[in-house]
Amino acid sequence: MRVDEKTLAEDIVRMSGTNVKKCMKCGKCSATCPSFEDMDVHPHSFVTMAEEGDVAGLLKSKSLWKCLSCFACVERCPRGVEPAHLIEAVRFFALSPQGLNKMKPDVVPIFLQNLEEKGAEVPQQLLTSAFRKYSK
Amino acid sequence: MEFSYFPGCTLKTKARDLDETARLAAEALGVTLRELPEWQCCGAVYPMSREEIAVRLSSVRALMAARDEGRPLLTLCSACHHVMKRVNHDMQTDEGLRTKANNYLQPDKPYAGETRVVHYLEMLRDEVGFGEVARKVTSPFKGVKIAAYYGCMLLRPSAVMRFDNPENPSVMEDFISAIGAAPVRFPYRNECCGGYVALDDRGAARKASRRVTRAAAQHGAEALITACPLCLYNLKENGGGEVPVHYFTEFLAAALGLKTLEGGLARAS
Repeated sequence: MRVDEKTLAEDIVRMSGTNVKKCMKCGKCSATCPSFEDMDVHPHSFVTMAEEGDVAGLLKSKSLWKCLSCFACVERCPRGVEPAHLIEAVRFFALSPQGLNKMKPDVVPIFLQNLEEKGAEVPQQLLTSAFRKYSK
Repeated sequence: MEFSYFPGCTLKTKARDLDETARLAAEALGVTLRELPEWQCCGAVYPMSREEIAVRLSSVRALMAARDEGRPLLTLCSACHHVMKRVNHDMQTDEGLRTKANNYLQPDKPYAGETRVVHYLEMLRDEVGFGEVARKVTSPFKGVKIAAYYGCMLLRPSAVMRFDNPENPSVMEDFISAIGAAPVRFPYRNECCGGYVALDDRGAARKASRRVTRAAAQHGAEALITACPLCLYNLKENGGGEVPVHYFTEFLAAALGLKTLEGGLARAS
């Protein structure tokens, strides 16, 4: 860990711009999440863990890569907590140390080869958004 | 009616159909789209972290260029619209971000979110009017059952996007009625297709997109329409081929008698 966990938790919450203390634990974010079944840490737990400063678990959670950034949790939270923003901030901290980017430019030709074998047309939008998601 | 127009990266490459049919239809409807003379990719994803400034700048430049041209900024791709609208909202409401962006760009006149960002569908609904669209239709898709796929980015978060009712939208169904077709309302029309993870996690993209295509097929849809190149790609590629997927502008241009719908559906009339 680069810094102590408490500082890191504060940094993550600040960067996300969310107010985790507003959460009333209703679980609606997790109930509406399209990736719920594939996640190890669910959106409502993300909020609680960030509030309690337990960021080590968040940083290695596979949920970081399962979040589809669809904003369903943001839209449907009755308290305006914005769990997706929190998950994005954790992704940022998981990727930003040197060498931890999850996607590097040299993989693009391989992706394109695999995906375009049937003549599919991978849109630029997909490549751009993947780099936004997987590298910082 | 004149708009500054931001096509975005994909509309110049893999989604040329979307750009071309939209331009043709706009002209026929009396709307002039003036492409911004210089623009850069919006980044395709809204930077949710408050502290990321650099990734917002290309959007701020486009928004500022439209302001300097004195016109609203028209978008078409759902992702571009989402990013432009939210960055504009940041520039209106977040003083820290606004100051940093202006300090970085050093424009002659600082930008504070003055530009009105309008999606093509909003232009059809609010500026042209669906009644007028219907009057200009020469080849109606009479009896064809079309399902509208809204996806995520046009609707959410509704507090910023203000596009339509986020849980029960109607603009695309009204569009479908205007071109003489029968709108099919189906569950998952405003749920995610999983396009964002289609490179890294194809299984997840497949699961999410099939939920959408299956629901549309079960409700009798003969075609799905979208405004998003990534949704189109993902629904086509990972959606199991249950329903043909088109840009809504392809149907619009065809209904206006401007361009045949490729791989098109037979009209009932």
